[in-house]
Parts: sequence; C-alpha cells; structure tokens
Amino acid sequence: MEQQYIDFYKEYHTLIKQHSAALMNNFRDVAFEKFERLGFPTSKLENYKYTDMSAPLSIEYGLNINRLQFQINPYDVFKCDVPAIHSYLFFVLNDTFYPVNSTAKQHLPEGVIIESLRTAAENYPQLVEKYLGKLSNEKNDGWIAFNETFAQDGFFMYVPKNVKLSKPVQLINIMRSDVDFMANSHNLIILEEGAKAQLLVCDHTMDNVHFFSNRLTEVFAGKNAVYEHYKLENTNILNTNVSNLLIHQEDSSNVLTNVITLHNGMTRNGIEMIIDGENCESLLCGMVIGDKNQDVDNFTEIVHKKPNSQSRELFKYVLDDSSKGAFAGKIQVAKNAQKTSSFQTNKNILLSKTAKMRTKPQLEIYADDVKCSHGATIGQLDEAAKFYMQSRGISESEARLLLMFAFTADVMDNIRINALRDRMKLLVEKRLRGELSRCEGCMIC
Amino acid sequence: MLEIKDLHASINGKEILKGVNLTIRAGEIHAIMGPNGAGKSTLAWVLCGNPAVEVTHGEIIFNGKNLLEMSPEDRSREGIFLSFQYPVEIPGVSMVNFMRTAVNEQRKYKNLEPLSAADFLRLMREKKELVEMDNKLTSRSVNEGFSGGEKKRNEIFQMAMLEPKLAILDETDSGLDIDALRIVANGVNKLKRPDNATLVITHYQRLLDYIIPDFVHVFYDGRIVKTGDKNLALELEEKGYDWIKKEVETPVEQ
Repeated sequence: MEQQYIDFYKEYHTLIKQHSAALMNNFRDVAFEKFERLGFPTSKLENYKYTDMSAPLSIEYGLNINRLQFQINPYDVFKCDVPAIHSYLFFVLNDTFYPVNSTAKQHLPEGVIIESLRTAAENYPQLVEKYLGKLSNEKNDGWIAFNETFAQDGFFMYVPKNVKLSKPVQLINIMRSDVDFMANSHNLIILEEGAKAQLLVCDHTMDNVHFFSNRLTEVFAGKNAVYEHYKLENTNILNTNVSNLLIHQEDSSNVLTNVITLHNGMTRNGIEMIIDGENCESLLCGMVIGDKNQDVDNFTEIVHKKPNSQSRELFKYVLDDSSKGAFAGKIQVAKNAQKTSSFQTNKNILLSKTAKMRTKPQLEIYADDVKCSHGATIGQLDEAAKFYMQSRGISESEARLLLMFAFTADVMDNIRINALRDRMKLLVEKRLRGELSRCEGCMIC
Repeated sequence: MLEIKDLHASINGKEILKGVNLTIRAGEIHAIMGPNGAGKSTLAWVLCGNPAVEVTHGEIIFNGKNLLEMSPEDRSREGIFLSFQYPVEIPGVSMVNFMRTAVNEQRKYKNLEPLSAADFLRLMREKKELVEMDNKLTSRSVNEGFSGGEKKRNEIFQMAMLEPKLAILDETDSGLDIDALRIVANGVNKLKRPDNATLVITHYQRLLDYIIPDFVHVFYDGRIVKTGDKNLALELEEKGYDWIKKEVETPVEQ
C-alpha cells in the first residue's frame, strides 16, 4: 500500500517541493526516508492496535500537488458559522489555505498573523523556522512522516506577546472533489508569552466521494499563554481522518483541547500535550457519538516534564449499531515532575450488542510525590433511571435521549465559548435524536 | 377508580403476588401494611409497570381502562404516581429539565399546549413551597447528592407537580426524621381531593398518625389477609405481625 506513495514521491518530489515553502522542504526528504522505513502504521503496532486503516488505504486517492485552485469562494458559499459566535473565519480547502480576501481581513489585532503556512514561511522565515517541525520531526510515527513528506501548505497562526484575541478564530477544513481525494496539511500555531487565543477547527465534506485527510498540527503555548483548541468533526461515512495534534506548553500556560466527533467514517486523533513548564494547566476532553459502522480512535498522551502542573482528561463515547470506539490515555510523569496532579476519566455507553469499545489507560509515573488517577467504564444506559423517568410520564425514547444527553454534559461544559457550547448542545441533541446535525443554513455540508 | 382482581405476579420466575384483590374509590385513602417480603412493593411496581415484574394472572382496571396493557409512561399520564421507596439519582439531568419534560409530556397526552417557561417556573415555585423544598435542590441534578429525606420530599414535590389521580406512597416514611415526616405528610394531605385517591404502603403505623386512612389492609405472603379501619393499624402496632401470621397460617396447618 505504501509503495505507490513511495514511487509517487520519488517521481514527483521536485514538483511537490516546487509548490511548497523552503522551510517545509527542509525536512521533506528526511521525512520521506522515515516513511519509507516505517510505512503506514498497521494494527500490529501497539499504538495502532485498534485502528485498521487498510480498507480506506486500499482506495486510490488523487493528490493535488500542483496546487490547482478551486472555483469556489468559501466566504460566499459557506454560511455554517455558529450564530452569535462572531469569529475570525478562515478556510482550508482540501489542503490549501484559501487566500483571505479584502472583506475577510477581519481586523486582526496588531501583530497577529493568520496566513497560509507556505506564505508565512516565505514572509516570516525566522519566526516559522524557530517552531516548524520542532515537535513533529522528533516523532517516529508513520502518519506524521507521511504528512511531512506530502504536506505542501496549511494554516498558520501567530499571536505575539501579551496579545489577547477577543474573538475565536474559526478554521473550516472543507473537502471538495469529484474523485476520491487525499489532503495533507501541516498547521502551525504559535502563542507567545501571555498571548490568548481560541481556535475552532471544523471538518466538513462537500461531496459524496471517498476523502482521506491527514492533518498535522503543532501548537506552541508560551509562558502564561491561554489557548483553547476545539475540533468538531461533522463529515460523513466516506470520510477518513487522521489528525495529529502536538502541543507544547511553557510555564503557567493554560491549554484546553476538546475534540468532538459527531459524524465521520474513520477517525484517528493522536493528541500529545507536552507540559514542559511549571504551574501549567492542561485539560484534554473529547466526545464521540457513533452509529452505523463509524470508527473513532482517540490516542492521547500527556507528558509531564516539569513539577507542579495539573492535567485532567475526560472522554465520553456513545456508540450505537456496529460502530467502534477506542481510547488510549497515556500519562507520563517524569522523575523530576514532582507535585504533578493528573486525573483521567473515560466513560462509554454501548447502545447495541454489536457496538464495540476499547479503552486503555496507561500511567507511567517516575516521580514519587504525585496525585494521579484514572478510571474507565463501559456500560449501558441506566435502566433504573430510565424507568424512573417513564414513571413520571416521560416516553422511553425521550428518557433515553435525556440520559444520553446528560452523559455528554460534562464534555459540553468544557466548551468555554458560550455561543459554541449552546450550539454544540443543540447539535448533539439533534444527533442523538438521529436527525441531521449539520449547521442550519449551511449549503455545502 | 382502581380495581385489582385476583392478581398474581412473579419476579425472575418466583411468585410474589398470590391473588391480590383490592378496590379503591375516588376520595379514599388506603393503607397497606405488612411484614418485610410480603410483596407490598411488588404490588406498587405492578401498578406503575416495572418491567422486572411479570403479571401471570388477574386484571387491573383503572378508571375503566386495562392498566396492564399500558406502558409505564401512559400509566403515569393516566394518573398513576409512585413515590419510590428508593428514588433514583440521575446525574446530568437537571430537576428543572426533568420536571419540564415530564409535565409537558403529560400535557401533550391530554392535548394541552406545553407550559411556557414563565408558567412552568411559577408552578415549580408554588409546589416547592408545599413541601418546603430548598431552592438549591431544584437547581441540581435529579436526586444527585440528596439526603434520604430530601429524596422523599422530592418525590412528594413531583407528585404535587403532576397531580395524579392515584398516588402510591411506597415506604415514603422510611428514613425520615419526625420533622421531615410531618412535612411530607402535610404535603400529601394538602394534595388530597375528593376526585383522587391515595395508597400508602408502610411498615410502621407512625405515618398513619398524619395521613389518616379510610381502610387498612394487612398484606402477608402475597395477598391481603385482613382489612379494617384505622384501628387495625393501631392493633398491628401493638401486637406485631406475628399475630397475623398465626391467624393466617393456623387454618393451613389444620
């Protein structure tokens, strides 16, 4: 399966590089060699045990290495903005950052840069060079190596020292193609000391073809920076998504990550939060609603490298039909990371006999003065609670809905953008009711 | 209002109710007393449609309708209410959301418009006063972290909200101190009307000092073995259940 991509790279690497930035090309050949060696991760690897991607990988996808532009303007067609959210809105079409037109200049505060990564790498080489690949180059992961081999562009955000964005930044990834299509993009997000930003990433698809998206995102949160990262996946059953989100935190930074999958085909989220500072707060949340034969694997790692930081992790899955879920929660506490506190919870509800959930907490603690805990449960809806509600006149279907909704409530509560939280609650409720949960007024998803 | 005829029921294949006959008319208060394991709570479960109980024989007619054919929610909408012996905690479902859904589903069944938010909150406030319920409790999840007494008070609050025709109080007095008992009993008495009825299931006589029954039935080994007026409760309190056991079992031994 790898071979066609290896051959492809050997033949077209000049073209790939020609349509990318020098800074991205710097590590391209090394990444390629790594990919040649590692190949696509298979379920034989411990970290990919529950995710067999051979089916989506057997499809032949087109790649757009010539960076051909699409004939649509997402600012005209896309009305999927969460009402009342008032965000700075940006688009990545397949794997290309859509140029910001004049109406979309959006009055970013002084010094803030939101750009195509390729352009940013050309315009601000010193800034980009300092960060780009600094987290991903180290990794020995087939998907990350593949991304670094083929990604030619992505989303770039830079928030300078002490600048606080008052509105969330919304990044919409749209997949649009007439043929089965693969997109690779590399995103870079930098918050300098004391900076504050919220990023909402939405994944959507426009066409009924097979899509494969491979997103690599590196986030650097400087001292005292406050960063929130929301990922909302609302695609369809033909969509496969591999995301690797690598976050680096310095002293006293506060990072919240909340990844929510409502509709998809197959998803693998690899999330790593590296707490490389003292007095940091890290909150990693996620939620999955799965039915049909959806497949979602959240593989998470929290690495405490320094003392006196706190992390908390919360993942909830509601799985119906023949859907499959997997969760891995690895927490590493280094020997000198004393006074760490780290708590992990993963709770899952299976609504059918054929739904499957696999959960694996994994704590590696080398320090001796820490507070750490983990808990995982897999169960059904509480029959006693359901009957109690029915005995008050609430129908069985409504009682089930209330219970499922309640089950996800604490993940929803960890959305700190009010308008988004209200919207998400509505989407989740619609999703649980089995109604289409696309944003109203959205014409293309 | 309610007519139970020769009711037999079992749980996990074990027969618990062995021929219950009971008639309750509007305006009446009935008390069922009896030793542990007699099947009192099972009778309450059958009335509200708990799927764990299987009815093997007999019939229940409620206001002219066959109760046993109805889903638990429809029984509630027809006016059956059970105050649970062990109220269930539902984390994540707020009391307000729970009650609003219940009230509006009941209204829908009666072809009434859902209550407006303002009207609903007014109703909540009014009924909360009836059982002297703390405002804090209704802003929490259903029964979550409530004390035993608060849970029982919450049951009567729900009863006040739903205004049932037949209220069944299953051991509502258990776990209550004397003040809470008085408050709960007052709530029940205030809700009493000529067109509704109450069935009190209790172990002890003390609740019946506050809620005065018209009829007292003694339940033993899955049946009503004796019926009398409120004085029967006093007699039971004095003599204990062994007296009944002897009376019932003696003929069998002969």
